Amino acid sequence: MKRDQLSLLEATILPVAGAFSLLIVWQWVLPALGVPAYIVPTPFSVLRTFASEWRGLIQNALPTWYEALLGFFLGNLTAVILAIVFVYSPRVRAAYFPVVLLFNTIPVLALAPIIILVFGLGILPKVVIAALLCFFPTLINMVRGLTSATSNELELMHVLSASGWETFWRLRAPRSVPLLFASLRISATTSVIGAIVGEWIGSDRGLGAVIIQSTFNYQAERLFAAVLLASLSGIIFFAIVGRIERIFHRLASP
Amino acid sequence: MNPVTNEIAIEARSLGLGYPGSMQPVLEGVDLSVAKGEFLTILGPSGCGKSTLLRAIADLLPPINGRLSVLGKPAAEARRQREVGFVFQEATLLPWRTVRDNVCLPLQVGKGRIAKSVQPRADHWLELVGLAHLSDRYPNQLSGGQRQRVSIARALQCEPDILLMDEPFGALDEITRDRLNDELLSIWRRTHATILFVTHSITEAIYLGGRVLVLAANPGRCQALIDLASLKDENGVCRRESPQAQEIAAQLRQLLRDGGA
Repeated sequence: MKRDQLSLLEATILPVAGAFSLLIVWQWVLPALGVPAYIVPTPFSVLRTFASEWRGLIQNALPTWYEALLGFFLGNLTAVILAIVFVYSPRVRAAYFPVVLLFNTIPVLALAPIIILVFGLGILPKVVIAALLCFFPTLINMVRGLTSATSNELELMHVLSASGWETFWRLRAPRSVPLLFASLRISATTSVIGAIVGEWIGSDRGLGAVIIQSTFNYQAERLFAAVLLASLSGIIFFAIVGRIERIFHRLASP
Repeated sequence: MNPVTNEIAIEARSLGLGYPGSMQPVLEGVDLSVAKGEFLTILGPSGCGKSTLLRAIADLLPPINGRLSVLGKPAAEARRQREVGFVFQEATLLPWRTVRDNVCLPLQVGKGRIAKSVQPRADHWLELVGLAHLSDRYPNQLSGGQRQRVSIARALQCEPDILLMDEPFGALDEITRDRLNDELLSIWRRTHATILFVTHSITEAIYLGGRVLVLAANPGRCQALIDLASLKDENGVCRRESPQAQEIAAQLRQLLRDGGA
């Protein structure tokens, strides 16, 4: 078994080499096979477009980031609050948890037009779609996290005459922290997806709008550049949440 | 040997215990008086309600009938005044807290919040169980025996008059268990607490207890209460190899066999 383990050098180099091999195929093999540049532009031409149009791209990324960020906060905050209500009120939970889960089965692409219809064409519907995508993972993880205290731990708190608030703060909340951060990391990328989906349907600005417009205009380089930027946004959001988690753990355990 | 006073720590009169929603009581007709400063071990076949009795005294389970008083008041009152400490079968340490922070938990919740004097007292209790040098570790870095000692230190943090122990050493190997038994006796002598100690082991029951309460199952009830004072030497240490001890062990084994049916 030991022999199958990668050395540190291999573990660093192999992922980079893997990515490069695919980029090389994309840059030289696809054109050689006759795939036209207006369908799949080469990585170099995408980078060139990125370099020349970055101002416009960033200008369009700003509203997307704003919507994603607002959606991230709105969705996760609502989910955490609802999870606390569900955990402390079994009746509310029995009544509404199944409905909420059922609601989750509606594909967001099918739901998006309805949300646009209800909330109009401004920034709000994009925020709502982003929030919806963040909401479900966090709700389910938080309900699980808050109920994961063992009966022994709850009995210990009872023997110590801890109040309900103390039991929440000293036991249930710390128990749910790892699961909360797991879903926040998921939300970091899905909030960007939500904002872009919202922009597809009813917007003339934002990365989603750029993606739709450049698709219709056969501006493949711009399309790929916008997709690249969207993906980068997700990665950056993800990294920020990871960073916050590390800071949190450092503060929590001095 | 601790002076066993005439004051009553725990008194039960025709006490019946059971779980809500179940018709069959777990334990019935319990009559028991435990004096302050006494070390009572509780022995019985599985399902006889040993743990249930401790849980009722800790106010984790309300009696269904009869009377139970803890230090002269209802169990809930004694719990609120931090007069009862509980050591669970599993150490039940919070994994995100260091050993010291786990021992401090009783001072951060409920009535015992006196956050300022936390540090020195936590170290004091950890010293008492011989773990002061590990106070910055996390529970997953400790052995099973060390974890259980931390949970004892946590229970001592409230300086309870009554310490309830539910098979605390049941999951440990015999050598560790013997050592912890001696440590527990020395803690008992120093703190003068009343200890109720549930165990499966006849040897442990004889070695630790001043008296041993034997419960029977189906239905759960008190079967015998045996005084072990004759086994202790002048220092209060049990002569477990003596013929008398062997005799009592045989008697207990017979009682357990009779009570298990």
